[in-house]
Amino acid sequence: MYNFDVETPGTVADAVAAIGRDEAQALGGGQTLIPTLKQRLASPSVLVSLSGIAEMKGVCMGDDGRLCIGGATTHATVAREAAQYPALAAMASHIGDPAVRNRGTIGGSLANNDPSACYPAGVLGSGATVVTNTREIASDEYFQGMFDTALEEGEIITEVRFPIPEAANYQKFVQPASRFALVGVFVAKFSGGVRVAVTGASEEGVFRWSEAEAALSSDFSTGAIDGLSLSGEGMISDLHGTGAYRAHLVGVMTKRAVDAAA
Amino acid sequence: MPKDGGIGASSKRREDVRFLTGAGNYTDDINIHGQAHVFFLRSDIAHGTITGIDTSAAQGMPGVVKIFTGADFEAVGGMPCGWQVTDKHGAPMQEPRHPILAHGKVRHVGEPIAAVVADTLEQARDAAEAISVEIDELPAVVDMKAAVASDNVKVHDDLTSNLCYDWGFVEENKAATDEAFKKAAHVTTLELVNNRLVANPMEPRVAVGDYARGTDESTLYTTSQNPHVIRLLMGAFVLGIPEHKLRVVAPDVGGGFGTKIFHYQEEAFCTFAAKACNRAVKWTSSRSEAFMSDAHGRDHVTKIELALDAENNFTAVRTETYANMGAYLSTFAPSIPTWLHGTLMAGNYKTPLIYVNVKAVFTNTVPVDAYRGAGRPEATFQLERVIDKAARELGVDPVELRRQNFITEFPYATPVAVEYDTGDYHATMDKVLELSDRAGFAARRAASEAKGKLRGFGINCFIEACGIAPSNLVGQLGARAGLYESATVRVNATGGLVVMTGSHSHGQGHETAFPQVIADMIGIDESMIEVVHGDTANTPMGMGTYGSRSIAVGGSAMVRATEKIIAKAKKIASHLLEASESDIELKDGAFSVAGTDKSVAWGDVTLAAYVPHNYPLEDIEPGLEETAFYDPSNFTYPAGAYTCEVEVDPATGEVSIERFASADDFGNVVNPMIVEGQVHGGIAQGIGQALLENCSYDENGQLLTASYMDYTMPRADNLPQMDHYVVDHSCQTPCTHNPLGVKGCGEAGAIGSPPTVINAIIDALQSGGHRVDHIDMPATPARVWAAMHG
Ligand SMILES: Cc1cc2nc3c(=O)[nH]c(=O)nc-3n(C[C@H](O)[C@H](O)[C@H](O)COP(=O)(O)OP(=O)(O)OC[C@H]3O[C@@H](n4cnc5c(N)ncnc54)[C@H](O)[C@@H]3O)c2cc1C
Repeated sequence: MYNFDVETPGTVADAVAAIGRDEAQALGGGQTLIPTLKQRLASPSVLVSLSGIAEMKGVCMGDDGRLCIGGATTHATVAREAAQYPALAAMASHIGDPAVRNRGTIGGSLANNDPSACYPAGVLGSGATVVTNTREIASDEYFQGMFDTALEEGEIITEVRFPIPEAANYQKFVQPASRFALVGVFVAKFSGGVRVAVTGASEEGVFRWSEAEAALSSDFSTGAIDGLSLSGEGMISDLHGTGAYRAHLVGVMTKRAVDAAA
Repeated sequence: MPKDGGIGASSKRREDVRFLTGAGNYTDDINIHGQAHVFFLRSDIAHGTITGIDTSAAQGMPGVVKIFTGADFEAVGGMPCGWQVTDKHGAPMQEPRHPILAHGKVRHVGEPIAAVVADTLEQARDAAEAISVEIDELPAVVDMKAAVASDNVKVHDDLTSNLCYDWGFVEENKAATDEAFKKAAHVTTLELVNNRLVANPMEPRVAVGDYARGTDESTLYTTSQNPHVIRLLMGAFVLGIPEHKLRVVAPDVGGGFGTKIFHYQEEAFCTFAAKACNRAVKWTSSRSEAFMSDAHGRDHVTKIELALDAENNFTAVRTETYANMGAYLSTFAPSIPTWLHGTLMAGNYKTPLIYVNVKAVFTNTVPVDAYRGAGRPEATFQLERVIDKAARELGVDPVELRRQNFITEFPYATPVAVEYDTGDYHATMDKVLELSDRAGFAARRAASEAKGKLRGFGINCFIEACGIAPSNLVGQLGARAGLYESATVRVNATGGLVVMTGSHSHGQGHETAFPQVIADMIGIDESMIEVVHGDTANTPMGMGTYGSRSIAVGGSAMVRATEKIIAKAKKIASHLLEASESDIELKDGAFSVAGTDKSVAWGDVTLAAYVPHNYPLEDIEPGLEETAFYDPSNFTYPAGAYTCEVEVDPATGEVSIERFASADDFGNVVNPMIVEGQVHGGIAQGIGQALLENCSYDENGQLLTASYMDYTMPRADNLPQMDHYVVDHSCQTPCTHNPLGVKGCGEAGAIGSPPTVINAIIDALQSGGHRVDHIDMPATPARVWAAMHG
């Protein structure tokens, strides 16, 4: 690690001001950022910790029936407290290990947008809204490719708002070493239709599988997607699986998610 | 009734109290007043010519004590290789120079190029970033067959090729073996890979060099399995320090698995730099450094052929193996694919003709050397996989095919130079079939199929040669060391005693098991006995711990020393009891005169030895301390039979191990609990190799699996539930040539389990109609799925 200073603001406004300065960077749970610093792959001069900002923490129900999760809320808190949205709570409960879940945050995960992370599938699959210190961003606009998001320099995720579906489920097929998602599929059934979001598979990051959404919207059963398949083209191919294998797994995991949700 | 002490008792591991309560003393816990820290600048390219190293900017950085490069080591020796293999034409292997810091060229990612010694580690690291290294990158060679096929890319310019040696064993059998293949009724052929592994002991390597200017003495604290070997190699061959001026200490060591046997550059560097800087110098490996600097294991590519006659008797085995040496020869690397591998190709079977060819190859990768099992897992994997394939081709039961070919008469001289002293392979087979409830398998398979899963049953037998090794024999085979073991037993005046052993414990539990043996011999409580190991200053010259040798060789040395103690104590007792020495009996910690009620306690005799007032001073010296060196007359040959049941999810290719059972013959067992722990752990590592672990390079020599994000270690949930993870050692044919009748158990699990798992997976896939003959390890979901849809 290189040397850096740490600031611990108590409000979003103070945090925004601190991050606005040169070479400052937001620190969530540090589960991605700290290993990066240890490898000397980043050298911010100030880390602005978001973990002391009360208004960014916790899980609650909004007046509009949406589940609101503060941007600095840990995975463990979501797993424990998001009882109104069991599929999301279950997903959070399988991220990393207890240490990761007790430190890592939803805001950090979404800001990082790792192509194998779980939250991007949960957020895109739910059609959630990412709220920042300046605006609200619909999930369909938020994710812009591997490690790429709609966030501007210095913008902080303060909250994420999830509409609660009638039924939902997340299926994660783990990459054996890291136990991130080799392929993860989040299926959510709303009165207006079904959303299917896939993580881990595509070189473009999390995406919606529109053919499956259309088929499932008219018939929410595994049979509805029987004939559907994705091509391995554009899918991640690495030590742990080829693009063709990942494409195949998307189908399998989607069916399992539908089975578990139905 | 389980015993509550002595040989055969499951005494709790006394060392665990300090390990589990944070009171251990590991090398990284050692901090010497005024010590500096070293950071190694390592190559991030696999192959290239160093055209310039500019340290000028780094020299003046805060805290920098001294910066070293390859040029600083021209006057000292290179890293030595402890074994010379002779090739099939009688020529010695090619042995490249192995510098402490790269000189002229870099040959693998991770090779140290420069070393910065500074007040703090962070300062050393900062300064290392200011060093500019210019390297003309050369194409790298990673694939072994390509390395041998062409000299376009040579790892070492001064060698004639990338071939370290081309070894044939037994060369005299080659023609007859080829003939047997011509006459065979059936030949089964299999090409396979034994995947490269990284040992990953929980504690990374650490070295602390210290130097006392006043006495010109150097001390190295290091994470080693064999401190005396390091002292000899480093002192005599690298740095030129005589042994009486060099002390090597390997304190508590958090796992070795072979990779801490070898002498590493960092050890020599810290010892050298401590003197050069007149300051202790410490290095603690990061996990990332461990991946690219600890010697790796396995990495063989093999073609094996098995010839059978019309009655399904094995008539010949022929193999051709490419064995990766990496960029340099690690300490014992040449011996692993040869003498620890070729000699095992008979397995448990009376195959009359065997010919093994091994081509050891230099590549631009981290050096490869012994890893738990070392050569024997590679031999077992080939043999047991090809037998399984033969059984399928012939339509016979894999259990019966094995049984039919078992060796049943002992001693048995194999056609590959070793003589098995004892064994009973039918007994372990019977036992494992009973433990695994093979009879109930059909019902379990039906239940799995009802859930949409495929279920397979895998069987495997193994033999290993351990208790390493007779010195005169290994000397003939090219070892540049003896492989005896030593022990000094020092009895104190009040009767307690200390065993100073040349063995080293880094997880094996010697501090518990060794006292159990002496407690039985003398008839005193285990708590009166303490084991000291790991410090060349207070233990006799010993060869350390690897090759499942500690109880078989180190334990035997301890028995011999204790026998000398008892013999002398009897003399003292006979004097005290005024009886003839031949009438003295030792039982339950007391010496008595046979046929009388006269006796004297152990403690009275030991006190007399040190307060020799009433003592036969004219016949014997005072004191009670004896040393023995034990050189085994043969290897020991543990053997066993393992079974595994897997479920395969045909939709994803995921394999889950539902049941595993092992029946091992370790001869006599000193501490059953420790033995079971060793086997459980060994099987876990074998399952890791079979399903999960794979050290992988790309074609440019970049390490793809350089962290736990990509290198998969076995975890608890990869193993079966404990009630279906059965280890048994009740079949015992005691070793005939060592005093305890013990064989050694440290590596068995890692040797016997990988083929068991793969055999089970193939059985599962075949049951689903998939005509899959083989899957290379690790059988990841992606590979299994691809094989099913191949
Ligand atoms: C061993 C291990 C296993 C893991 N397994 C999984 C897994 O299975 N699935 C999974 O999804 N993830 C996994 N993770 C990642 C984990 O979920 C991380 O917590 C997450 O990716 C980053 O969250 P963080 O709060 O730690 O962010 P940090 O590491 O603190 O920050 C990450 C990035 O986000 C920025 N940032 C942080 N908070 C905010 C915010 N509120 N607004 C804007 N920018 C912000 C930071 O500046 C930084 O660039 C794993 C991590 C580890 C170490």
